[in-house]
Amino acid sequence: MEYPGKMIEIRWHGRGGQGAVTSAEIMAESAISEGKYAQAFPSFGPERRGAPVQAFVRISADQPIRMRFSITDPDVVVVLDPGLLGAVNVAAGLKPGGIIVINTVKTVAQIRQEYNLNVRLATVTATKIALEQLGVPITNTTMIGAVLKITEAVKMESLIEPITKRFGRLAEKNISALKRAYAETIIEELAGDKLRR
Amino acid sequence: MAKRTGIEVSIAVSEAVKLANTDVIAAYPITPQTHIVEHLAELVAQGELNAEYIPVESEHSAMSACLGSSAAGARTFTATAGQGLELMHEVVYVASSMRLPIVMAVANRALSGPLSVWGDHSDVMSVRDTGWIQIFVENGQEAVDNTICAFRMAEDSRVLLPVMVHLDGFHLSHMVEPIMMPDQKEVDEFLPPFNYPLPLDPSKPVTMGAFAPPIVFTEAKWAQEMNLEQSKDVILEVWKKFGDKFGRYYNPVECYRCDDCETLIMTMGSFSETAMMAIDKLREEGKKIGLFRIRLWRPFPFEEVRETVKNAKAIIVLDRAISLGMGGPVASELRNALYPLEKRPKIMGFVGGLGGRDITPTDFEKIIKRGLEIAAAGSNREFEIYGVRE
Repeated sequence: MEYPGKMIEIRWHGRGGQGAVTSAEIMAESAISEGKYAQAFPSFGPERRGAPVQAFVRISADQPIRMRFSITDPDVVVVLDPGLLGAVNVAAGLKPGGIIVINTVKTVAQIRQEYNLNVRLATVTATKIALEQLGVPITNTTMIGAVLKITEAVKMESLIEPITKRFGRLAEKNISALKRAYAETIIEELAGDKLRR
Repeated sequence: MAKRTGIEVSIAVSEAVKLANTDVIAAYPITPQTHIVEHLAELVAQGELNAEYIPVESEHSAMSACLGSSAAGARTFTATAGQGLELMHEVVYVASSMRLPIVMAVANRALSGPLSVWGDHSDVMSVRDTGWIQIFVENGQEAVDNTICAFRMAEDSRVLLPVMVHLDGFHLSHMVEPIMMPDQKEVDEFLPPFNYPLPLDPSKPVTMGAFAPPIVFTEAKWAQEMNLEQSKDVILEVWKKFGDKFGRYYNPVECYRCDDCETLIMTMGSFSETAMMAIDKLREEGKKIGLFRIRLWRPFPFEEVRETVKNAKAIIVLDRAISLGMGGPVASELRNALYPLEKRPKIMGFVGGLGGRDITPTDFEKIIKRGLEIAAAGSNREFEIYGVRE
């Protein structure tokens, strides 16, 4: 059954230590600073470094959010670690018309063939960008840039304060990585109805 | 000025404890409460909160240290959850019987076994008879507001009882959401300094926490019960004053679209917000179903509950805990509270959302549907466990 409401639901897939939760929180904090309603939370549990984890973001421009449960039907899925594609069904529950954005050096066609993902995809070489901009292969803030390319749920300028608060002197590098990912993310053109679930 | 902030609920609770100018925090970290005491430790270490932070070796010691500091007249806070509350258990009773106004946040968690770090209300039910004032919150705003109110309720000279603020582990404690954070001036105006009437003082010796032979034990318990029952007037007064100052009002029982309803659903804690979504949908479909929640769990708000349900024919209760061999503890207490009514509604108890399992609006719809089926069948079934995978 459908519960109406203009809201975007974003599910992050990463590994413990890759910063999926931090990214989710930064997005929610940015949205709230714009006067919107938002929530961010982790997949609850005793997470371990390296284990597959999820983080969730809901953003609504005008309605308080009363949903106190995990996101099972996301509009957008973010994959921080391409190694997860073979281990986790990242497309689970994706809404019709939803999209998965993946940190990968492969093309959409390669990914689709390799993992049989019959949904709309976007790709970005986030590890490469993070290594060049930050000097470390931590892609969480970089991937926020890719999400912004897909959805205007938050504004680029409202991300600056929460990122600065968290990363201090490293904030500038994170923001430049984010902006590069925004510019370099490749979103698959919709090739007809067969990609819609 | 109060500021609308995107903040994790646990961190917001710590900030409320800071705004309350707490003197002593004695705590042990345990999931899912850890972020509360971690952040408080940071605030003290960074000099942002001028308090004594006592990193104890267990929850039993945490509450024991709280007894001492509160008895010395210090504003005292701790937080725990699940197994931590169990380890603390025997000292929890002592805080209330010694009339020590400690405030404790509990990030509600399931109890072993099997081992679970996830949320439900099992830990609450294990301490329901401990003589503490107990308040349930449903979102981050309520957690902040009621943490501040808790100090004023606890420390009122007509009360002098400890207060627990229950917030759902993970589903609430780990949520980043918008919260209006009051500023220091506003909180200072609302919360008077703690002035314990007979503090421990070497120059004026008093006996506290003495043992009680049979000749006085009953009277001690009687006094405690009277005290807890009478605290309700002060609780209402504090909530009213808080509402007048901050614009957010709280009540022992809260209703959502209850008017003209013959069917009501009852919940406690953060899942109430999700239940509201189901109520909105059912209302749109023309079904007269409302929701009520118990916010003040102890002292139990008998009158308010009876008033709320006076027109109801069926009440469906979601318990997030199970009393093994008996059923849902909240449903059971509701039956007890409503027994004196002439026209008693049917009460259908469901146990669900155990050990961190989500309950969605669709789940609530299913629970309501099943509850009405049981009511229509005239069954006296005590309770069902919702959503068991077979």
